[in-house]
Amino acid sequence: MLLVVGVNAQKIKGSDSVLPLSQKLAEAYAKSGGRASVTGGGSGVGIAALMDGSTDIAQSSRKMKFGERAKLIAKKKKIEEVVVAYDALAVVVNPNNKVSKLTRQQLEDIFTGKITNWKQVGGDDMRIIVYSRETSSGTYEFFKELVLKNKNYKASVLSMPATGAIIQSIKQTKGAIGYVGLAYLNSEVKTINVSFDEKNFYAPTLENSKNGTYPIVRPLLYYYDINKTKVVNPFKNFVLSAKGQSIVSQVGYIPVK
Amino acid sequence: MFRGRKYFIEALWEGLLKISGSVTSIIIILIVLFLFSEGLGLFKKDVIEEGYVLAVNKDNPIKDLNSQQIKDVFDVKIESWKELGVDVKDDKIILLRLDDIPNYVPEEEIAEDMSNLDTIINNIIEANPGMIAFVPRDFTQKGFNAKILDLGTINLKEFVTGKEWFPTAHPAAQFGVMPIVLGTLWVSLGAILFALPFGLAVAIYSAELANKRVHKILKPVIELLAGIPSVVYGFFGLIVIVPLIQKAFNLDVGETGLAGSIVLAIMALPTIITIAEDALRSTPRAMKEASLALGANKWQTILKVTIPYSISGITAGVVLGIGRAIGETMAVLMVTGNAAVIPHTLLEPVRTIPATIAAELGEAPKGGAHYEALFILGCILFIITLIINLVVEYISYKNKNKVA
Repeated sequence: MLLVVGVNAQKIKGSDSVLPLSQKLAEAYAKSGGRASVTGGGSGVGIAALMDGSTDIAQSSRKMKFGERAKLIAKKKKIEEVVVAYDALAVVVNPNNKVSKLTRQQLEDIFTGKITNWKQVGGDDMRIIVYSRETSSGTYEFFKELVLKNKNYKASVLSMPATGAIIQSIKQTKGAIGYVGLAYLNSEVKTINVSFDEKNFYAPTLENSKNGTYPIVRPLLYYYDINKTKVVNPFKNFVLSAKGQSIVSQVGYIPVK
Repeated sequence: MFRGRKYFIEALWEGLLKISGSVTSIIIILIVLFLFSEGLGLFKKDVIEEGYVLAVNKDNPIKDLNSQQIKDVFDVKIESWKELGVDVKDDKIILLRLDDIPNYVPEEEIAEDMSNLDTIINNIIEANPGMIAFVPRDFTQKGFNAKILDLGTINLKEFVTGKEWFPTAHPAAQFGVMPIVLGTLWVSLGAILFALPFGLAVAIYSAELANKRVHKILKPVIELLAGIPSVVYGFFGLIVIVPLIQKAFNLDVGETGLAGSIVLAIMALPTIITIAEDALRSTPRAMKEASLALGANKWQTILKVTIPYSISGITAGVVLGIGRAIGETMAVLMVTGNAAVIPHTLLEPVRTIPATIAAELGEAPKGGAHYEALFILGCILFIITLIINLVVEYISYKNKNKVA
């Protein structure tokens, strides 16, 4: 379908997790004649920009908070939300670690400091070293909401500035545990099967994330003002099309269909 | 006439230099003032997240909570009202956040524009005497009979002596800077301890003792090291130094303050060495030869003549090197583990001020409590650097006087 696309570039701003995806999509979109400019800064920055109108689309790796929604209602803006991809978070440990599966409660206790030794969850007698992302990361917030049920991480968690640094540290520390996006998994770390119902443990694979059995999955979202639907539709439709979704798979996220 | 024109040009140059000197100084002062002004609004901000309130049942006799208690309540570490010292009909504390509302009231009952949320929340709290609710202020206006706690503002004492740094905690962000300041001091002082003796030793060797061939190679190599970007040092630290420390000291984790100190020392070394060496080289030959002629040997000359003569240059190198050690962000961010706990040895993960600011300023909403707390951390860093520089200058001043 050939559309005469407006000369104005679509402005997309927000999450650094969605950033690589949006960039690839923008590149492919440019090949078919459209233009889109993508910037990062974090999910919070994107939503704030949406509120004061300085971006067309806010990309976010978390659902909009109630407070942000309330502020938008106060400004009389109606916001549309569209899921463009899913991202699964895998819990990873050092390859030499005996432990292969953990329940949500055990994960919560490990990350909040109640469980401090691997022998308490069936492993060797080793101190558990917990790695996490920085507080500004959408991944950090999502893990806190879903797995820790909004409790705070323990104070002695090691905050690494990037997912690559987490993988590097876990690879070289025997008692390490951390969480990374599915796209960053490689053979240097070992994944943990997770159970949210204490019975069935699921591995973080693409299949399990798609069919809903793997529990730690978050939506990657685009938010836009309903008044700008016409402006945003060309890019949005491209993203949700088969070509756009195949790019989602390429980048390592999970397509919507 | 010709002399007049030359004089005019000289006056012009002098004026230009004066102007650039004053503009530079004014800009620096303005930056420092900006730093302080952006931070100081923090102590007027509420303990609890902006726009939100804590509400309890109107029969609950509790007066107020400090931010540590709020955090422990919402982390389910304090579970009964008795632990907070009050007697409530239902002793077990029940938490209510906005996302919990659908557990009490079916979603269809909540209006799309959230206009009846005030009454809904009010009814939930009245039905649960042991409840504490963390809700936006906007939803506590109409028909709200529950008791809203007056929690006060962030105070200086809690800020400076607090032991936990959780700037994004809900409902009450914890802004205790003690672990971060101590982490900075430990790492920086460790780095200075490594870098100063080494740096001065290499500078003295390169300036006085090395033969021409060695010097020809050494100097450019060291200057090259000064140009390597700090991220590269950070990666080197993460991949090489951290596992080395883990093996050498048999630790559980290699990301420690020691790794940070070593990386910072390596980064500060080239600065100290090049400047100190240039200062040492600038000692006039006549002075050195005079000393040797009077019967002093080479070492005595170096110790008593060359070094005191170039002490101001050496001090400049030391000050710049220390500044680099304290303020370096990227490298430290990658190797120290960034855990905001009070360190007792150098072999524990620490969190430094530059790393904290770099990691968090991007997501802190402008003008909010977190943003201002980070600026105050910047002010604290500025003050620490200032004090250390003044100490170094004072030491060199005393030495200068000793020589004279």
